[in-house]
Amino acid sequence: MTQAEALKEYLLRLADSDMILGQRLCELCGKAPALEEEMALMNVALDLVGQARNWYEYAAELIDDGRDADKLAFRRDAHNYRNLLLTEQPNEDYAVTMGRQFFFDVWHYFTLKSLTGSSDERIAAIAAKALKEATYHLRRSSEWVKRLGDGTEESHQRMQDAIDILWRFTGELITPDDTDRVLAEAGIGPDPDQLATDWRGMVNEVLTQATLTPGAEDAWMYMGGKHGEHTEHLGFILAEMQFLQRAYPDATTW
Amino acid sequence: MYAQLVETGAKRLKTLEEMSPEEREFQEKVDAETKIEPKNWMPEGYRKTLVRQISQHAHSEVVGMLPEGNWVTRAPTLKRKLQLMAKIQDEAGHGLYLYSAMETLGADRDEEIEKLHQGKAKYSSIFNYPTLNWADMGAVGWLVDGAAIVNQVVLQRTSYGPYSRAMVRICKEESFHQRQGYQILLDMMREGTEEQKAMVQDAINRLWWPALMMFGPHDDESPNSQQSMAWKIKRKSNDELRQMFIDQTIPQLEFLGCTAPDPDLKWNEETGHYDFGEINWQEFYDVLKGNGPCNRERINTRKKAIDEGAWVREAAVAYAKKQKQRAQAA
Repeated sequence: MTQAEALKEYLLRLADSDMILGQRLCELCGKAPALEEEMALMNVALDLVGQARNWYEYAAELIDDGRDADKLAFRRDAHNYRNLLLTEQPNEDYAVTMGRQFFFDVWHYFTLKSLTGSSDERIAAIAAKALKEATYHLRRSSEWVKRLGDGTEESHQRMQDAIDILWRFTGELITPDDTDRVLAEAGIGPDPDQLATDWRGMVNEVLTQATLTPGAEDAWMYMGGKHGEHTEHLGFILAEMQFLQRAYPDATTW
Repeated sequence: MYAQLVETGAKRLKTLEEMSPEEREFQEKVDAETKIEPKNWMPEGYRKTLVRQISQHAHSEVVGMLPEGNWVTRAPTLKRKLQLMAKIQDEAGHGLYLYSAMETLGADRDEEIEKLHQGKAKYSSIFNYPTLNWADMGAVGWLVDGAAIVNQVVLQRTSYGPYSRAMVRICKEESFHQRQGYQILLDMMREGTEEQKAMVQDAINRLWWPALMMFGPHDDESPNSQQSMAWKIKRKSNDELRQMFIDQTIPQLEFLGCTAPDPDLKWNEETGHYDFGEINWQEFYDVLKGNGPCNRERINTRKKAIDEGAWVREAAVAYAKKQKQRAQAA
């Protein structure tokens, strides 16, 4: 794999993960447990889709086949999507929503933090802006994991269940493949070992404070999103998200 | 906007002579355009009317997120998706802001929301109509936010200070939403396919009359209007506001190249206003009574969100309590 190929692949992973998680949060519009949460969820979603747009725009320039950011987001099928499996998991209850957000935010925060020092200036610039948002996202989701974990008996049970349900999707966040390694060696992407150490460290710290038990480090992990092999959920997410672009392919403006 | 038919408890207006000294002082203050603040004395009817109006307004912001939430997962481009998300976020913010203004009157947010869920409190009838195609996101911004602005611009001068100040802030954001909504329609009419243009006209056909209904019934059928006007909670009559809205909207409609579903709509040289057909008041009262296309779904969605979120809110309270105890023990 060349560095140029790896870079395009990596940008789509960043963009798609932001986009799909943002889409999942959009589904919660009007359904949050409190009005303050309504605002916060949409705020986080807005940040994520905004970041996705930045990554898509850069990816479109490098891919350079006439597709723009919108075509990348709204005209690719599931097997071409590169998002982490974690991000496409359903909202379920608020414990799952927040658990998914927390696992993602820890990964996102350390990834972006590392990318601010990327040898690719464009990536460094996008990451610097995104990091401010991700820092807030992480603070918020950590707080919720603690509140729910160390709240009532019911919330503790629900939060622990959420950790158990989602744990098998976390391996993908910190297991590097060729793309990750090529970019790390080029100083473009994060060092995979450092990322894994940081992710585990913070997850353990927050879960301990939340009186929750993390999954086993050697647990079986469900992976494949980074290569386009997804869970059954993604097809339905895209069917909804891409509906207008698919139903009206001749429309050039919206 | 979004308050229609607010009960004032008044059958007729009191004269200054009939008022108690406190009431008279209050009324003179209102007449002199001095803002009433939370700590000032106010007639119980004034307080209750405001609680009703502001809570209706807040409920409308929150329920109004639902027809947009119906399309936010299907917005066609990144730009449109981001705009719609930002608009929805603003609306949640308006809701919070308005509930806070309402709480300055001694009302409780949870209690008022409970009344909404029990069907005892109202919200704008417009949100009981479905959003059936993407152009509805443009038409809602243009017509619904447009109608709301006409009302709210006037409410910036409403007599109750906190409500007036909330309106100033909310109006700025609503104007932005309205321009964005219009732009969605304009782009589709100018550069869209025939199918897209048909979507725009279809959206206008469905939302036109419900948007006009947002201003509420004729003034002569509303004793509440007169009391609200005397207290300067309301500053202009329903019919005046509706006419203002129509007069400013028709040129925009023509610029789009679309039509309104009203054969009686025409410019009146003599009055300098547009004449328009009679609103279907039966439909208005039906929707207000709960018999609109989406009344049931809207309330059920809101109720479900709050009911199913109870354990989350309880956890937050329990956690905060534990944290406080720990801080005290440390």
